[in-house]
Amino acid sequence: MLRPVLIVLLLAVYGPSLMAEPNDVYSFESRSEEQRFHNLISELRCPKCQNQNIADSNAPISKDMRDEVYQMMSEGARNEEIVDALVGRFGEFVRYKPEVDSRTILLWATPVIAVGVGLVVVAFIVIRTRRNDESEPALSDEERSRAARILAEGDSDRTS
Amino acid sequence: MKRVFLFIPVIIAAVLGVVLFAGIGKDPNKLESALIGKPVPEFLLQDLHDEERELTRELFEGQVSLLNVWGTWCPACRDEHDDLVWLAEEKGIRIVGLNYKDNRDDALVWLDRLGDPYQVSIYDPRGRLGFDLGVYGAPETYVIDAEGIVRHRHVGVVNEKVWEQDIEPLVIRYREKI
Repeated sequence: MLRPVLIVLLLAVYGPSLMAEPNDVYSFESRSEEQRFHNLISELRCPKCQNQNIADSNAPISKDMRDEVYQMMSEGARNEEIVDALVGRFGEFVRYKPEVDSRTILLWATPVIAVGVGLVVVAFIVIRTRRNDESEPALSDEERSRAARILAEGDSDRTS
Repeated sequence: MKRVFLFIPVIIAAVLGVVLFAGIGKDPNKLESALIGKPVPEFLLQDLHDEERELTRELFEGQVSLLNVWGTWCPACRDEHDDLVWLAEEKGIRIVGLNYKDNRDDALVWLDRLGDPYQVSIYDPRGRLGFDLGVYGAPETYVIDAEGIVRHRHVGVVNEKVWEQDIEPLVIRYREKI
């Protein structure tokens, strides 16, 4: 009886400190602005920790970048302006979604190319097997009569 | 004709092998600076030694300099410090220090104790200039030409080897252009 009460008490006291702490608190005018902020920081990559976005990373540089995003947002900057400002400082590397341009076109086109090549291969195989079916009848007339003879012999063997 | 198709997997494997092999040994932590070929960002910051004196990007004009980003909180900066002193004293290189996200008193004690290789020291406690430069880990060292254009960035410790291989050739090249 006492234990559940104790657990609830402990959670009430320590619970908040156990939760993952977003140690920098930003305030937003609206839900959609907050959502926009979260979308932006989850699309930007931390240059120091490399495989984290700046939303997840605790590195000081990520905090600076989040602050900059927030600052620019509150000054009314558009998303592209914010991302460009950070790319201008840290390089193309910080984009998790690289722009489509002459250097990245292969990256974006690879899935389409792979599917295209796959379709071509499948089509090729299908066409070839069909053509084989048509162009080569399984047995020539001569073979057919020979087969009939063999079968007839087999039958007579079995009956005798 | 069919025999040729049998070699396709081998060819794919060979191409993949070459591509992947080329990636071995490359340090993914070394990023090309986005500022190469661009001027040092605008800034207005205090001199580390003199609160009254304000520094701007004009301090890079007229001669080739190294811009070294450091802080007393950064252990690797301690490692390279003796080499920076050596560069400044023996090689006569103009090194501009950017004291990054640090505390003035600690920084002055450090320079007093270990020697001061910097001809000019910029004090950037909030890391504004560092952020504009795209600094993501101290120490970083930039080669800045006489027009204030960023020519090279080295992330990590500068030692004799890095100096001879990466930095000295650039310093010589941009000095000749003046």
